[in-house]
Amino acid sequence: MEENYTDKSFRFYTRMHLSELTGVSAGNVEELLKCIKSIDGSSIYHHTHRFLQQHEYLNPEPANDFAYWVGDALGENRLAEALASIDTVSFKSIRALREELSNVISKYIESSKNRNIRAAMPGMEFNFVKTVSFIFPTGYVAYTPSEFADCLQKITSDSLYFHMFEARLRLDKQENDFSLWFRNSMGLDKPADAINRLDPYTHTIGQLRKAIFDILKKGGVL
Amino acid sequence: MKNINDYAGIVGQAVLDDLKIAAEKLKGKKITHVNSTPVGGGVAEILTRMVPLLNELGVVSDWQVIKGNNSFFDVTKKIHNNIHGSGEPLNKKEMDIFLENGLYNEQNMACDSDIMFIHDPQPITLINKKKENKWIWRCHVDASNPVFFTWQFLRGYIDKYDAAVFSSPFFSRELPIRQFLISPSIDPLSEKNRDMEPEEIKKHLEKYNIPVDKPLITQISRFDRLKDPVGVIQAYKKVKPYVDCRLLLAGGTAVDDPEGNIVYNEVLEAAGKDKDIIILNMPQDDSAVNAIQRASTVIMQKSLKEGFGLTVSEALWKSKPVVASNVGGIPLQITHKYSGMLCHSIDGAAFALKMILNNPDYAAKLGKNGREHVRNNFLLTRHIKEYMLLFLSLYHKEDIVFF
Repeated sequence: MEENYTDKSFRFYTRMHLSELTGVSAGNVEELLKCIKSIDGSSIYHHTHRFLQQHEYLNPEPANDFAYWVGDALGENRLAEALASIDTVSFKSIRALREELSNVISKYIESSKNRNIRAAMPGMEFNFVKTVSFIFPTGYVAYTPSEFADCLQKITSDSLYFHMFEARLRLDKQENDFSLWFRNSMGLDKPADAINRLDPYTHTIGQLRKAIFDILKKGGVL
Repeated sequence: MKNINDYAGIVGQAVLDDLKIAAEKLKGKKITHVNSTPVGGGVAEILTRMVPLLNELGVVSDWQVIKGNNSFFDVTKKIHNNIHGSGEPLNKKEMDIFLENGLYNEQNMACDSDIMFIHDPQPITLINKKKENKWIWRCHVDASNPVFFTWQFLRGYIDKYDAAVFSSPFFSRELPIRQFLISPSIDPLSEKNRDMEPEEIKKHLEKYNIPVDKPLITQISRFDRLKDPVGVIQAYKKVKPYVDCRLLLAGGTAVDDPEGNIVYNEVLEAAGKDKDIIILNMPQDDSAVNAIQRASTVIMQKSLKEGFGLTVSEALWKSKPVVASNVGGIPLQITHKYSGMLCHSIDGAAFALKMILNNPDYAAKLGKNGREHVRNNFLLTRHIKEYMLLFLSLYHKEDIVFF
């Protein structure tokens, strides 16, 4: 893939996801920990980001499958809360996110040493799935902040998610694509910082789109 | 027949733009779908709508149906049940019937498209004709706990495919080939799901003599033991003393399901002389199904096993409250107490029915949430997109594929 901004232009990409089954499953927290430590990064990404789009009409859902499963299938509500509270946006890479998930579960296992480990009922095991991403250039290209705002209204939620979440986490960029463009190509640090400060995990897609638009408008960029 | 641009009003133009982007990458490839029945059941229904739309997008596709006699379909019904984990394993004679019929189809089908997409176990032996082209096996049933011997027999063929597709993570088995997770879908513009005016609904109800003077509980399914129509009657009988309602069991039989008439007679017997139970063995009539679902107060899908249970999405798309078993792909469609009610037993189903029948506001909320969940996850446009990505994945092994 070419860099999505060249000189002054920003090309919007979109990504489409296909879920691949890994054949790996866990039936209790110890198995879950072992799998989280060794599974493909694409699977960690899948289970920490899937909720965002499957339930995009809801006010933000818990951002990871691990928290949901631990609470729902194992009844380990304290661990579920701890996993759900992980601040996904603060992690710059899947590797760091994986470490945090592992740490939270390890600590919980350590603190629960004196009681029996709960196992999921047959058929309720955690099945690891991974996300295969297909990334395509779209026809939307912006040369100015105003054109950028126009495109923002037209692109799909997939495109918005790609630039806000996936490019940063799976392509090892330091910040989201929009902030990078405003900072490096437009020389506009303020909107870049403001977009970077957005916690995309606590916005629905509609709210996220509007929040970016508002940043540009209130910042006098448009 | 609707064309792809007609979907813009439902899913938005941007979704259609994405489909065109993915389709562009499949230019020059030909895809052939193969299954065992041209009508009846979810697979035929999806292919009827999907194949023309794929062609319209520029992905050259066709659909072929294998041939088989009654004894072959008796065996494949048994295989179907075995994959679901019920019944005796195949015996030698049954395997011979299956293989002999498979050989006939191998000799009479070209199977030379770039991508051969084989649906369910009936045509599975066509893989014997694999050359340089790519082959996908799509399992539409719950294979989480199959009868071991029969599964091993099928593995002899499955393992030769390039990829397998399942509808739920719980359905898959450990396999040496790539496995993908793709849910089936409903077509919001099909006869079965399109919007319908009250006058038209009334006309269909009159045709089938369905009164609407009482709350109507409906299950629409093939007459198949795995759909538990007798269990539905039992649940209704537990509700009836508290809510004066009516039960409608409507469905037909498919070409590849020889047990349909036997189960239909069992259902008639279970219904007895209750005049508020209507058993409708109807021909394929999608508009009537649409009307019946829209006229119902609550829709049931009390299956014992389920491939996916698309009737749930059909009902949710019509903003209907649904009571359904927590099996197969149903929990992917219903979040309990949010977009429907899940149950595990006849008593649980009866309780959920009473809750819904006695609380119309709650019922409306379940239906509204359900419709939005279907809009985001179970419409045909999403399904087409994932199939195109599946086709592309056959030529790209990496987790992040750039174009």
